[in-house]
Amino acid sequence: MIQHPYLPQTEDEIKSMLETIGVSSIDDLFSDIAPSVLLQKELNLPKTKTEWEVYQELSHLAEKNRSAISFLGCGSYDHILPSVVGRIMGLPMFYTSYTPYQAEISQGVLQAIFEFQSMICSITGMDVANASLYDGATAAVEAAAMAVNSSRNSDTILVSETVHPSTKAVLRTYFGDLGINIVEVPAEKGQSNFAAIRDALKSEVAAVLVQTPNIFGYLEDLTGLADAVHDNKSKLIVSSNPMSLGIARSQAEWNADIAVGDTQPFGLPSYFGGPSVGYIATREKLMRKLPGRIVGQTTDAEGKRAFVLTLQAREQHIKRERATSNICSNQALAALGTTIYLSLIGKQGLKEAGNLCLQKAHYLHDRLVKELGAEALSAEPFFNEFTLNIGSKTDDLIKALRSGGIYGGVRVENLDERYQGLVTIAVTEKRTKQEMDRYVDIAREVL
Amino acid sequence: MDGETQLIFERSVAGRRGFLFPENDMETKPIDNLIPENYRRNSETCLPEVSEVDVVRHFTELASRSFGVDAGFYPLGSCTMKYNPKVNEDIAALSGFTSLHPLQPSEDVQGILELMYKLTKGLCELTGMQWGTLQPFAGAHGEFTGMKLFKAYFKSRGEHDRRKILVPTSAHGTNPASAHISGFEVQEIEADHRGLVSIEDLKKHLDENLAGIMLTNPNTLGLFEKDIETIATLVHDAGGLLYYDGANLNAIMGKVRPGDMGFDVIHMNLHKTFSTPHGGGGPGAGPVLVSKRLVKFLPVPDVEKQGEAYDFCFAHPESIGRISGFYGNIGVLTRAYAFLLAMGSDGLTAASEMAVLNANYLRSRLKTSFSIPFEGICKHEFVLSAKNIKEEFGISALDVAKALLDAGIHPPTIYFPLIVPEALMIEPTESESKETLDRFVEVMESIAKQAAVDPQKLHDAPHQTPVRRVDEVQAAKHPIVAWRPE
Repeated sequence: MIQHPYLPQTEDEIKSMLETIGVSSIDDLFSDIAPSVLLQKELNLPKTKTEWEVYQELSHLAEKNRSAISFLGCGSYDHILPSVVGRIMGLPMFYTSYTPYQAEISQGVLQAIFEFQSMICSITGMDVANASLYDGATAAVEAAAMAVNSSRNSDTILVSETVHPSTKAVLRTYFGDLGINIVEVPAEKGQSNFAAIRDALKSEVAAVLVQTPNIFGYLEDLTGLADAVHDNKSKLIVSSNPMSLGIARSQAEWNADIAVGDTQPFGLPSYFGGPSVGYIATREKLMRKLPGRIVGQTTDAEGKRAFVLTLQAREQHIKRERATSNICSNQALAALGTTIYLSLIGKQGLKEAGNLCLQKAHYLHDRLVKELGAEALSAEPFFNEFTLNIGSKTDDLIKALRSGGIYGGVRVENLDERYQGLVTIAVTEKRTKQEMDRYVDIAREVL
Repeated sequence: MDGETQLIFERSVAGRRGFLFPENDMETKPIDNLIPENYRRNSETCLPEVSEVDVVRHFTELASRSFGVDAGFYPLGSCTMKYNPKVNEDIAALSGFTSLHPLQPSEDVQGILELMYKLTKGLCELTGMQWGTLQPFAGAHGEFTGMKLFKAYFKSRGEHDRRKILVPTSAHGTNPASAHISGFEVQEIEADHRGLVSIEDLKKHLDENLAGIMLTNPNTLGLFEKDIETIATLVHDAGGLLYYDGANLNAIMGKVRPGDMGFDVIHMNLHKTFSTPHGGGGPGAGPVLVSKRLVKFLPVPDVEKQGEAYDFCFAHPESIGRISGFYGNIGVLTRAYAFLLAMGSDGLTAASEMAVLNANYLRSRLKTSFSIPFEGICKHEFVLSAKNIKEEFGISALDVAKALLDAGIHPPTIYFPLIVPEALMIEPTESESKETLDRFVEVMESIAKQAAVDPQKLHDAPHQTPVRRVDEVQAAKHPIVAWRPE
């Protein structure tokens, strides 16, 4: 038996505890397990390591990763991270606490979640949000499930082709063998084909899912779409990069029923894709269909304002085998990061950050397209991301930029092989003119 | 700390700033030229306008009105709230991990891919399985993934009528929910007088429609399912599969492996067993590991090793597909891998032994003041019942829980499993010292004594917390779920 720093019991204590229990050895505590299933060998893993050894080994792995000036986007973005966010998320009472079932000692966590819900409602323009979901893709799934569960005899979700390919893939995994059809409506030149979506609206359609800015970065004009969807008694789900919503129309302003997306741009490092936070918000009439945890305001026994997990009759621990979502844990700590970030930047900062992304993305776009003659996929307005059709020179361009210390963009064919030769370029407020000029100089050699 | 805390919105003062972005270092064009009016937001947000120090003090105050493992004992049954080693936070914060974009070229992310590969291998060794995926974001997400693997397996065999999943009455609520949302029908299996799966009842459910069974072993009463080999044989012979809910794996590491017991799919809750912080309810990680016959159905992408290099592989034609936008909660995986290395084979085994020792010690000491519904030794957790003090003095499990708050102890899970009246489900974990356990016993005994002397004080508990007992009914009847400007 080793004396490990994470295991406080000493040999003397173990002995005395065994006596209290009335057994003579630790093995006796496992005597209820048949010898035939008891492991008869030691695990084939290295032995205990010290803290210092572990740190060395993991630092070495971290150093094997490399990075560059990043113009990568498509769902994860390199934004400026305020120092306060990481510091406050690291406060032990936040990060070592559990789901706040015991409201009286969890007021801080509960209030932070209430503030998160309030901010998501405000940004999307919706009435009610939950305490977070896993990520943007699974948020779209939960929204689709809400739509299916709130309309009878519906078995189809219409998805615009311009929705993130991963989101479409996750939708197919979730609904593939439930008898629910995920029908993709083909796009044209990086834009949803709204006429085709309208034509495809049949009585069995539960919801229409669109994304703006879309996977190629372009904003979509959803004028009239909600009316058509609602005339068909279907729900409109709109997914958005929330960073765009300081300047672009919110989901509520497009008259959507459910708003979803991923808050990674709000104060969370890209961290190879996770943890981030899926957000979901909806209208009051769908409140009781909303999956996951929700915090509500109430009072305590003395009449003071207090917060508590509420509306739990919707959840798996009451509805069990009738539950329409199994979500239990969410991304509370990462949602706290988003809440701190939004508190810091405030209403003015959200507009400013959005405008900086917009201005910088257009600078690079105009230099590449107008100056170098690169072919843009679409002439539609975009936010912080746009797509070039580089064709057969894609390899050369990406490699040349990589050699120059730049990740030039996402090859969209890596997300969906239909998109050969397309490169989606994301520009955040973090990118400088100097970095973009370097990008252009290298691109000039290749294009 | 006493009284109410302002909401961050209530601290807002128009014009105040908490963060500045760099000025635009190139020509700024009018937004109208870049985004036409029709695409533009035309309403204000209500985000607060506060200074940096306002933000820091606000959230520091909220942190002080919360309770974490770092503050005190957290014997929350089936949630495994153990100590979170601090070096893991330093490791997780290394910029070589945090700054990685999920779509970087694979030659630039060899370190994280190696970590993912080796963690998967380590978890396979620990559980006795063949291979797995680290993608699920949480235990429930792992359950869903596992149920999809069941579906894919039966589909590949043309057994479309296998739609029935069995779960014990004591199962975690997410089990039936996960089976249901995956298109299965759920049937409950009863527990017998021992608190174990009733073999007799199980046999009644074995037919050509059986897809499988979802079990946690040790079960939610903290009891090891002694008949597991019989259960596995019965289910397999009937053509079904076995799913292992890893919520309770902390009791058996290095002792028993789910793969050796006959399970086909397991999820692990890394945020429990591998001590990654719960963060107020996430992020977690719920890797899924499978036996050989299910490997080809695992989600994509899969991490593969080719020679000395690691890469993602998407080319698995029979895969269930993608289950997350990218690859899961990588930040949680780095902490878990650090824990795996720090513990090692001997440490993991010792952790289980100490978790089981601590649970049995508490159980032995508490059985005089409270009733114990099931005899025998327990594993990492056990269930007490407050039904004696409820009947005699009207003191419920909820009252006991609220009284514990005043002693600076997080209450156990209460009213679960549903099959025990006034249940208090206690899991001390391996990281608690004998002094902590002894103090818990003293506090529990004093609550039991107080039930006889001054029950009203217990009904009114807690007394020392930032707020008094919270009105849950009001919250549900008149939902206020977001702050709005006046």
